[in-house]
Amino acid sequence: MRRSALALSASAFLIVASAACATAQAADPERGRALYESRCSGCHSIDQDRIGPRHRGVVGRKAGAVAGFEYSPALRASRIVWDAKTLDAWLANPERLIPGQRMNYSVPDGADRAALIAYLEANSGP
Amino acid sequence: MLNHKRRSFLTASAATTLSAAAFGLIGAIPGRSLAMGMSGARDVDILNVALGLEHEAINAYQLGAQSGLLQKPVLDAAVLFQSHHKGHRDALMATIEKLGGRPVAEKPMAEYARALNAGAIKSQEDILNLAVRLELGASNAYLGVIPSFQDANLAKVAARLAADETMHWTALSGVLGRQLPGAPLSFGA
Repeated sequence: MRRSALALSASAFLIVASAACATAQAADPERGRALYESRCSGCHSIDQDRIGPRHRGVVGRKAGAVAGFEYSPALRASRIVWDAKTLDAWLANPERLIPGQRMNYSVPDGADRAALIAYLEANSGP
Repeated sequence: MLNHKRRSFLTASAATTLSAAAFGLIGAIPGRSLAMGMSGARDVDILNVALGLEHEAINAYQLGAQSGLLQKPVLDAAVLFQSHHKGHRDALMATIEKLGGRPVAEKPMAEYARALNAGAIKSQEDILNLAVRLELGASNAYLGVIPSFQDANLAKVAARLAADETMHWTALSGVLGRQLPGAPLSFGA
């Protein structure tokens, strides 16, 4: 009985430890760049408005604020400022965060979202 | 033959009549009312984003062909893939209109050229690299919006569009000599 409890604790530790490792790896901006290329580049680029707005400088920017880009009324009217937390909520479920938005593309995996956000943060300088 | 094909490709005007693909897509939504509710409006928004992707893809292939850098048989493949994207465009426009929406308009080619940094293209390989990136992005975009559709028939259409884009990506990757993904389920997620 005690042996099983110890085995269970060890397994739980391994799960927690590997989850922590996965999160650390996931937040790697280079992995984020690869994810951005495959998942986001259909509509977005860092420096050009395309189907979606350009992303350079997105972290710290008010939602719907890229000059000249035609946003949905819902996004334009939102008072959200993009940071790690709001970007995570947006990528997890854009319609839940801003009902009436037009992106409708979500990133279900939290580690993938963290990596993408790390990449966007790395491209949010001047 | 090459010149004739290229000329036809370059001078092809935007389709003014719906393609067979468009009618096929409309037919997949039996009894759809013209009245658009909240869920219908969201579906139309998704379809319009898809239409924006198709406009861009058509113009990207046009830019590639006009560059004079594409050689046979790559040029033939580009002609074929552009025709697929025109079929997608026609189908999406017809469906958006049938749902009571207004299809997003195509932009001037100069805007696509700027957005895609066409000025940096110097070789056939540059064009292929751009095309393969756009096709991968489009495939993943279509797969990614499938859960957001309220109408399951439209979700199926998105999956069919994704399949076409994946076909393009696979062919272009082969021409570039790239390895196919080693792991399963490499698209979507």
